[in-house]
Amino acid sequence: MSRTVWREYMPAIVVAVAALVLWEAAVRGFQIERFLLPAPSAIVTNFIENFERLVHIGWFTTKEALGGFFIGCSLGILAAFITARWVAVNEAILPFAIAANSVPILAFAPIVNNWFGVDNPLSKMIIVAVIVFFPVMINTIRGLTLVDKNALELMHSYAASEVEILWKLRTPNALPYIFNAFKIAAALSMIGAVVSEYFGGNRSALGVFITQEAALFRFENAWSAIIIACIVGITFYLIIVAVERAVIPWYFEQRKAERH
Amino acid sequence: MTTARRAGTSSSERPSSRLPKPVRQALAFILIIVIIVILWEGLKWFAGDPWRPDNNPFGISHKPMWKLKIASDLNLPHVWTIIEAFGKPSRRNGPPLFEILLAASFFTFREAFMGFLIGGVLGFVLGTIFAHIRFAERGCMPYVVASQTVPILAIAPMVIIWLKAGWVSVAVISAYLTFFPVTINTLRGLKSPPRSAVDLMHSYAASKWAIMWKLRFPSALPYIFVALKISATASVVGAIIGELPSGIRDGLGGAILNFNQYYISGPQRLWATIIASAFVGIFFFVLIALLEKIVLSGRYPETELM
Amino acid sequence: MTNTPTVSLKNVTKIFNPGQPNEVTALKNINLDIWPHEFVSLVGPSGCGKSTLLRLIADLTQPTEGTVQVNGKSAYRARIEQDYGIVFQSPTLYEWRTVAKNVELPLELMKYGRAERRERARKMLQLVELEGFENHHPWQLSGGMQQRVSIARALAFDPALLLMDEPFGALDEMTRERMNLELQNIWDRTGATIVFVTHSIPEAVFLSNRVVMLSPRPGCIAEIVDIDLPMPRAWEVREDPHYFELVNHLRDTLREIEGGMRE
Repeated sequence: MSRTVWREYMPAIVVAVAALVLWEAAVRGFQIERFLLPAPSAIVTNFIENFERLVHIGWFTTKEALGGFFIGCSLGILAAFITARWVAVNEAILPFAIAANSVPILAFAPIVNNWFGVDNPLSKMIIVAVIVFFPVMINTIRGLTLVDKNALELMHSYAASEVEILWKLRTPNALPYIFNAFKIAAALSMIGAVVSEYFGGNRSALGVFITQEAALFRFENAWSAIIIACIVGITFYLIIVAVERAVIPWYFEQRKAERH
Repeated sequence: MTTARRAGTSSSERPSSRLPKPVRQALAFILIIVIIVILWEGLKWFAGDPWRPDNNPFGISHKPMWKLKIASDLNLPHVWTIIEAFGKPSRRNGPPLFEILLAASFFTFREAFMGFLIGGVLGFVLGTIFAHIRFAERGCMPYVVASQTVPILAIAPMVIIWLKAGWVSVAVISAYLTFFPVTINTLRGLKSPPRSAVDLMHSYAASKWAIMWKLRFPSALPYIFVALKISATASVVGAIIGELPSGIRDGLGGAILNFNQYYISGPQRLWATIIASAFVGIFFFVLIALLEKIVLSGRYPETELM
Repeated sequence: MTNTPTVSLKNVTKIFNPGQPNEVTALKNINLDIWPHEFVSLVGPSGCGKSTLLRLIADLTQPTEGTVQVNGKSAYRARIEQDYGIVFQSPTLYEWRTVAKNVELPLELMKYGRAERRERARKMLQLVELEGFENHHPWQLSGGMQQRVSIARALAFDPALLLMDEPFGALDEMTRERMNLELQNIWDRTGATIVFVTHSIPEAVFLSNRVVMLSPRPGCIAEIVDIDLPMPRAWEVREDPHYFELVNHLRDTLREIEGGMRE
């Protein structure tokens, strides 16, 4: 391992180890009740013991999150491209989208459950899709419209058509914005899936499991499930980052060059 | 931001329509809502439950040609039924629904606002520490990011046990959702001044403190406001989520749970509650957006030549 | 053939925000003909409308009154038929495209075949002395190199007219001087007509056949000076007494204009 890599990750590792040691010591030292805050060691033991079951319920919710992510992102991008064609429409839609984005979408969960059935994963996918839709659409519209003025003039000087400007200038310009939205959406979709399960869902779903275990004061189980949710969320996020690096390498190299 | 948006349109030279922009946007907003209502009722016209003279204000009798479960009166009540629901009592001899929802909205807004304050201050402090202490940034940032993949609802029951059920614990849960954007954008904003601006301050032998308040903080303000607008929305969501497992029945989260239980007998009440939640979210967002306008006024040119 | 000017401005007036409180008359009653293979510089104090004049020729903005013709047709037609190439002060390269791909951009839009695009991009990069940088990305180049790419891009389809809006304004002095020599070289080899906006009088005198001095508020032509220094001009021209004379004369005019502004 090279020294720079070590210097990059060392602080994070130090902080993690220190936090875990302090936590464990506090729980043991002050004899904190198990239902208030389980010790890390207890959580880890529980996690390992229940690993198979956790993977099973984790995967169930992950599928909901993935489905919602794809539906929401596709529709968000589609809506942005349709409206981006008309600046006037855009100007009108953006404030509406921002307003819609500040609506607690979660409140719809019980209604969507009624539409498609509590047990149907589609109900959760729809909620996730709606949660994800607005950030993706807003970001895409921004990316398509916040184009460098000179770059646009250059296109006009070539007498380029709107379609050509869309493909050769606006779309590449929007890609970093879209990937940013994907990163937000990745984190949101897992949380959204778990939270929407609070209003009822399949017994083998992460949110239902957490709610039930917490209600029975079995917090080690709940924490293990939270860890699974985190791992999935972070993995999802990292996958998006990897794809981003592959698709828009210029963006990163430029950023890196500017930092030095 | 305004400048960049304007640059993007290239239409600045054309004598764009006569109405001022805010008026145009407000009109467009209303238009979109009208379109949604038309689509909504259109769906019910073609695929909903039969229209009877007593369930619509026009006294129309009509039998839709198709039947979709989504469009039934139970799953998608008529727009007017929902509007009507605001004026009717939700239980016999009780106050009209809008009074209940207004009280609930205030209650939830107060929780959200407290959460917003706690989260905002925490986020700012963390961002400032990270901006100044490299080790803290490297060491803690990954966990700050990871914290946002924790489904908040999952830790809510524990927070409630720690802090006792009440609006304080709800505010803390709400703060958990709000601190993150503020942390990230404070850090980005404080680091945003270019090298030359920092060098200028160094040339005056300015202290770290002076650089912070005369340069870094003012540069960070636009970034921080972007975050605060996100946080305003998030804090309302957080407050609603926080109410769910806490047994608090006075807020919108409680109302959602309550009307969800009696959905079959009155779906329009749940819809009305959702509309109330939407208003609280939008209200808080607009409040912060206005504050941003006041604080940052004069930073961006109002009109631009060319 | 030489009876048609490459650029012809007749009674051109440009008013921004007409009828509104922030109305500004940027240009008033401009009459100017620019002939084939001329190198004409537009100079003047900032705000005199020299960039606006260039943008009018490019049809990126339209006159409030008067007509703008390029190659005997309307500026609009000339833009649609791609009669000119343009270079802005900022290089305006697309960061997602390599250097070669940036030069190919107008060719793609004009539906040139792949092979020809490559060939032309290669030739143009050679012309601006950037061979070997085809596959670099814009951010890997210095400011001067980036601006050379944007010149190569403007020349890629052999336009008869090259419009340049303070192309070297953001460059350091030494790079700028080298670019001046290179531009003269390119002008000589391509035979293009060049309209060049700058705020540097020495640069304008060194490069041009004619220098057009504009005065502001409202922008109008204060003086047109023929630069009768022999062509091609080598570096030593900058030490020529006549060169100094011309530069000083233009500086005096500029001072007069600015003096008038203060009153």
